[in-house]
Amino acid sequence: MSSLATSESAEQAPSLPGQSRRNPSRCIQAKKSPFSTAQSSPRRTRDNLNGWGFAAPFLAFFLVFLVWPLLYGLYMSLTGKSLTGANDSLIGLANYAEALADADMWHSLGNTLYFTVISTVPLVLVALVMAALVNVGLPAQWLWRLSYFAPYLLASTVVSLFFSWMYNPQLGLINDSLAKIGLPKVAWLNDPNVAMWAIVIATLWWTVGFNFLLYLAAMQNVPAQHYEAASLDGAGAWRQFFSITLPQLTPTTVMIVLLQILASLKIFDQVYQMTAGGPAGSTRPVVQYIFETGFTGYRLGYSAAISYIFFGLIVAVSVMQFLIARRRSA
Amino acid sequence: MATQTLTRPALRGTSATQLRQPRKKMTAGRAAVLAVAAILAVLWLIPFAWATVTAFKSETDAAAPKVSWIPPSGFTADAFVKVFQDGNIPLWTWNSLYTSAAITVITLAISALVAYALSRIDFRGKKVLMTVIIASIIIPPPVLIIPLFYQMVALHMIDTSWAIILPQVIHPAMVFVLKKFFDQIPPELEEAAVMDGASRMRIFTQIILPLSRPILAAVAIFVFISAWNNFLWPFISTNDGSILTLPVGLQTIKSAYGIQYAQNMASALLAALPLILVFLFFQRQIIKGVATTGLAGT
Repeated sequence: MSSLATSESAEQAPSLPGQSRRNPSRCIQAKKSPFSTAQSSPRRTRDNLNGWGFAAPFLAFFLVFLVWPLLYGLYMSLTGKSLTGANDSLIGLANYAEALADADMWHSLGNTLYFTVISTVPLVLVALVMAALVNVGLPAQWLWRLSYFAPYLLASTVVSLFFSWMYNPQLGLINDSLAKIGLPKVAWLNDPNVAMWAIVIATLWWTVGFNFLLYLAAMQNVPAQHYEAASLDGAGAWRQFFSITLPQLTPTTVMIVLLQILASLKIFDQVYQMTAGGPAGSTRPVVQYIFETGFTGYRLGYSAAISYIFFGLIVAVSVMQFLIARRRSA
Repeated sequence: MATQTLTRPALRGTSATQLRQPRKKMTAGRAAVLAVAAILAVLWLIPFAWATVTAFKSETDAAAPKVSWIPPSGFTADAFVKVFQDGNIPLWTWNSLYTSAAITVITLAISALVAYALSRIDFRGKKVLMTVIIASIIIPPPVLIIPLFYQMVALHMIDTSWAIILPQVIHPAMVFVLKKFFDQIPPELEEAAVMDGASRMRIFTQIILPLSRPILAAVAIFVFISAWNNFLWPFISTNDGSILTLPVGLQTIKSAYGIQYAQNMASALLAALPLILVFLFFQRQIIKGVATTGLAGT
């Protein structure tokens, strides 16, 4: 035992210098590839300088126009700040306490959630139907894409002008068409029970083209062999859609639904332009309430606090999205 | 002519789809599909058609209680003439054009630079930077309006084009899209340049950027459309009529023209025209661009 050990160590001893001489050279050769992490310190310094140098312009904007307002907004939400500059002192969580007891805040948050639910369903389903129709291989592809997607290129104000005019109770195209087929007229934007649906219809027309394009792109990536195998087995078009296309689209659907929820939660433009939140606050979303408390009520601190409550909601949905996406890829 | 060449590859894709589903079996089915698609297309085109018809009516005909597609006193371009004489729409279009172009150029430049660093350079703190940028994707712009407004007042930028441009150049999701594209460019392409002692900036501008044209175009399209149509922030940060962007300016005419429906629709159509025209010419690129960047988040 002991002799073996000594002989081993004896054998190792002479080989050590040779190894240590060979190792660094090997090391250098391995590191010669231009993009591997360099150990030599000048190289590392240069990489650090280059890295932060390339990042610097973005970082400058990022810090000044995103991180700073985000932190400053949080600070504002803890003060009684107003546009008149009356009370800048810290008041702790008083703004948050007030917001949580504010019926108008809850009403507007409720409107935002209601809109999110009733808009997400048609915005995903109609997009899926449109993509499925176009993907069957209709002639004049450009025509369908143009008609379904073109409204997405419009500014919200253009959409609002179009639809306010069509919703006009006396002179509008929609009520006139309803009258022609013997249906009663509807006070689209003036009826508290209907106004939110009118907003949903306008939003559907405006933005469904975006989801349609995402679906169409995903459908065109479904491998053709799947369909060939299915037709050999005698599966018809409906059967193929439900047992091949739809399951293959599940990851896309999950992403579209979550992106749509996040987009719908930010609703403001169309509502502000078409109903200004009315009638009787029945369509006022939380973003409009933030805007009004800040710029009409001049209560910046309180407005910032509501912004952060809204932010909390968005973060919760985003975290959910992240968890679902990770579970899918795992 | 140009549009025809552009749509050809799309049609080729179509014939591949047709192979999957034999034509003979589908005749009745295809007719039904075509009918539903056509009904949807008509529904989707009606708002454009109705706005156009209204815009070419006299104000009296537009406000007539009897709704008509063909106006009793004939079509007229009076509304367009009036809108042009006011001069607001051309001015706002120009404002939208240069602010959106500036936003697009700055966004592309700063995002591509940081994305290259994140993709190719090993520097201390890279992981932290990457995490922070990805995390910031979830920050909704409406949350920032109150502090950002206050900040712009402090910087004396309220009611200048800078107020519109500067806060809109941060698109963390686009940084991520660009980084993912750069990751796929084989490093071998840069090796020779590195051996020759080329600087990082030279490699970036002469090797990486030329290879990245498609993704740069896609990001540019996405950023330009969102800047062109953005309402909330330009609406808050500007009041002065001479620097308003198109979407914000249009909001003011609703109250100015009041019940002058033909002029309202003429203004709306003129505001819609530039992007629709661009879309007609670059349909394929825009569709591809939106599909590539779309899922990365808005």
